Amino acid sequence: MAVAESRDKNAFSHLFSHYAPRIKSYLKSRGANDASAEELSQEAMAAVWRKAERYDSSKAAASTWIFALARNLSIDAFRKEKRPAFDPEDPAFIPDPETAPDTALSVSETQSIVRDAIAGLPKEQSEVVRLSFYQDMTHSEIAMELKLPLGTVKSRLRLSMRKLRESFGEEHEN
Amino acid sequence: MTAHHHPSDDILLSYAAGSLDEPTSILIATHLALCPACREQVSKAESVGGELLNDVKPVAIQDGALDVVLARLDEGERGQINVPAPAAVPHDNDLNLPRPLTDYIDGSTKSLPWRWLGPSVHYAPIASHTKGPKVGLLRIAPGTRVPMHGHSGNELTMVLAGGYTDGTGNYTRGDVEAADDGLVHQPIADAGEECVCLVVTEGVLQPTGLIARLVQPFLRI
Repeated sequence: MAVAESRDKNAFSHLFSHYAPRIKSYLKSRGANDASAEELSQEAMAAVWRKAERYDSSKAAASTWIFALARNLSIDAFRKEKRPAFDPEDPAFIPDPETAPDTALSVSETQSIVRDAIAGLPKEQSEVVRLSFYQDMTHSEIAMELKLPLGTVKSRLRLSMRKLRESFGEEHEN
Repeated sequence: MTAHHHPSDDILLSYAAGSLDEPTSILIATHLALCPACREQVSKAESVGGELLNDVKPVAIQDGALDVVLARLDEGERGQINVPAPAAVPHDNDLNLPRPLTDYIDGSTKSLPWRWLGPSVHYAPIASHTKGPKVGLLRIAPGTRVPMHGHSGNELTMVLAGGYTDGTGNYTRGDVEAADDGLVHQPIADAGEECVCLVVTEGVLQPTGLIARLVQPFLRI
């Protein structure tokens, strides 16, 4: 991301015109009114600028990183909760094992696998995944919304994760 | 050594989606600190979030919003904005507890309000200001048999020190066991070291034995 390297305001403008309206839409679907969605999407984009140096383009797609920023801001702002997260600098943290360079997928390969996996989900799985991401619904809230047993909601979410793993060619364990 | 028993995929997905309650997220994020395999799953699920963000129908942003943000950034750059928060490590982290759990414990685990729950079993609530399920630490003396019990709601347990064994397997540091109202079990703490667990409970424990039923009032977490 050019923003990270050069702190280039022109590059930032491009990111802004793509993501600010999408973040605003995302925040509205999570229950924000228009005014607070507007304010918070501006805040999210300001955070993109300020934290750009922490973004590692070899590890995650820009969309994934920006999604995580917007998600965390929305938890802080609307739920008045903290989002507990691990800290790679923590002495107790167990680091990732080394991946052989020839087996590691590039970020764009990962994104295209993920995109195909989402497109290939059966409707009933895609529905619960979307409610989980877009509407900030817990498992029980999804169950009430769709008038389904809680166990069905959980198993659909599990199946969708299994599909995602399978599309990466992994064995399923859980 | 890394964990052998992991949280289920539906919980990891909800954590990535940002729709998991804070108490359960404390346990999940603490597990993630110790489990590279589950971090990998969460990061895949976050890629789903990124794709879904690209997919939403954009909503018009205010005219001039970009200039407002750029002006704010110029202001911010002159001020002090990018100071990272110092790591909140308890002064006596004898159990080598990972973050984010330590952020919820002031000082040492020894100074928590430990309550007697039963012979050789103590419980201390943490993060009690949050909504949703209850979170706390459980200390079980080495070799202790916890009374046979069922569960009236979902319960997640993660081992932080020592270990225990029940009908479903052996659990040591980093391992997570999920119990729902179908599971009746009798955990036995491993010999040697005190077993310390992080527990997130929705319902109350339901002892099944006669003596255990008599002590149920004490078992209420």
